[in-house]
Amino acid sequence: MAAEAQTTPTTAAASARPSTRLVIDKATKIYQTATGPLLALDSFSAEIGEGEFVCVVGPSGCGKTTLLWALSGLHPLTSGAITLDGTPVKGPRPEIGMVFQEANLLPWRNLMKNILFPFEIKRLDAAPYRTRIQHLLETVGLAGFENKFPRELSGGMQQRASLVRCLSFDPSVMLMDEPFGALDAFTRDEMNLLLLKLWSEQRKTIVFVTHSIVEALFMADRILVMTPRPGRLAREVVVNLPRPRTLEMQSSPYFVETAREIKELIHASVKK
Amino acid sequence: MADELLEKIPEFRKDTDVKPQDEGFIDWTALTHVPTARNRREFLIIVGVAVVVVTTIEILIRAFQVPNYVLPAPSGIFNALVNNFETLLPHIGVTLQELVGGYLIGATIGILLAGVVTQAPLVEKIITPYIILLVTTPMLALVPLLVLRLGFGLEPRIVAVALAVGPMVMINSATGFRRTDLAKIALARSYGANTLQIFYKIRFPIALPMIIVGLMVGGIFGLLTAVGAEMVGGGVGLGSRLVYYSSLARMEAFFATILIIATIGITMYVIFFLIGKKWASWEA
Ligand SMILES: Nc1ncnc2c1ncn2[C@@H]1O[C@H](COP(=O)(O)OP(=O)(O)OP(=O)(O)O)[C@@H](O)[C@H]1O
Ligand SMILES: [Mg+2]
Repeated sequence: MAAEAQTTPTTAAASARPSTRLVIDKATKIYQTATGPLLALDSFSAEIGEGEFVCVVGPSGCGKTTLLWALSGLHPLTSGAITLDGTPVKGPRPEIGMVFQEANLLPWRNLMKNILFPFEIKRLDAAPYRTRIQHLLETVGLAGFENKFPRELSGGMQQRASLVRCLSFDPSVMLMDEPFGALDAFTRDEMNLLLLKLWSEQRKTIVFVTHSIVEALFMADRILVMTPRPGRLAREVVVNLPRPRTLEMQSSPYFVETAREIKELIHASVKK
Repeated sequence: MADELLEKIPEFRKDTDVKPQDEGFIDWTALTHVPTARNRREFLIIVGVAVVVVTTIEILIRAFQVPNYVLPAPSGIFNALVNNFETLLPHIGVTLQELVGGYLIGATIGILLAGVVTQAPLVEKIITPYIILLVTTPMLALVPLLVLRLGFGLEPRIVAVALAVGPMVMINSATGFRRTDLAKIALARSYGANTLQIFYKIRFPIALPMIIVGLMVGGIFGLLTAVGAEMVGGGVGLGSRLVYYSSLARMEAFFATILIIATIGITMYVIFFLIGKKWASWEA
């Protein structure tokens, strides 16, 4: 299934509407807290197409993580529905890979054993994936570090390792929760480019949550802008930048103007 | 495959990721984080000082003619150790048998109980007072009672050792199992992990450093209890030799026996220190 996605030409602009994979239909999540019910996500609806790179931006606490965890089946919605390829998401799905905030490597395992962790849990034979993993390690510059433990790796290296861990078993959908939020600006640019490179090679369907409007604009085909809590869809922004993206594009008038618009949109909804 | 993944998924709270952990009131981890010689020079200095200390004691005891029954000279103790080693050997065997037997029983029950009990906070709260009671009660006090029920063989002592080791291992392991890291559990869940997998791939490794500390402290408690129980009754075991030699005022042999007991204790300590270095060093 994913093999076919890999052969897609890398520079194709997202002009033709791709076939829909993820449907989020009036997703609503109410947390029961000590101080009463808390509406975290309010009738959020969106569709995400095959091979699309969608970013979700919004102010802190607006329910981005809540949305992503519902997409991954890690927790249930209070009402509304999420379907992946036509079947409702009610629990973790094998075609989904999550990338968590702050690498989230297991400190008692070395790099290779961390990368093989999904295979152990899924009881999947890793042998056919060895060349894939090796290739990924080389792409992210971690070849030769297989026996290192997480504490011996820098923050950027750890985050790259978690990227490899997610891609290792070839999921067709990647859900990423502020994966580079804790990194410095330079490492972050580097990681963004790396992710775009991997995506252009493998054409995963990506939902990428971030605080950073610049990061979102730089990476995405489409941006879902969220309102402050309770999180609603404020607007959908289609990014009209060619691919492959380059860092220079970040200073183009279009980029700067669109970033300002999104910022104002979020600020306006904060004031309300 | 998707269907078997659809088991109950807990709700997560993002602010509970990697909470500072409650380590109980005693920081036992100090036991696994002892400074050791870093190089040959340090090692030589450490050994050198030890030799000087022993030699000084020897010289002082001879110079002041300290009577044997107060403190025998190191050389005398060493001679007694060599001369009596053969007669002591079966007693060493007995003590080790009690220690290993009781330890295996106690430690296994302790770890299992901790793993199960920490899954249900209420059960844990109900059980903890009894465990603390068991930790603080010297199991030696129960030996006469156990002897009454189980006779003069090894059984009462093995039970006493198990009773001393179990709660100690349990209480430390429970502290370890309580250190849950929801982000890591969520990671495993996202790959469809079931409860059992989460237990042995996430919870257990996280708990392991504390379990090792528990095993080490438990071992030391076990040795104390084994020797103490032998002093209370019965003619075999290193503890019984302590009573025997002191009743005959054979102080060299008495101290030689103590030396053997200390060696057993230190060996246990070193074993767990090395295990900790291998399996728990990721935490340091
Ligand atoms: N398990 C929970 N129980 C109760 N309230 C929760 C829970 N998880 C999140 N919340 C609350 O729901 C709201 C949305 O949280 P969420 O983590 O989805 O926001 P976010 O957009 O990811 O924020 P950030 O950008 O800071 O990561 C917040 O007010 C948060 O405090
Ligand atoms: Mg979040």
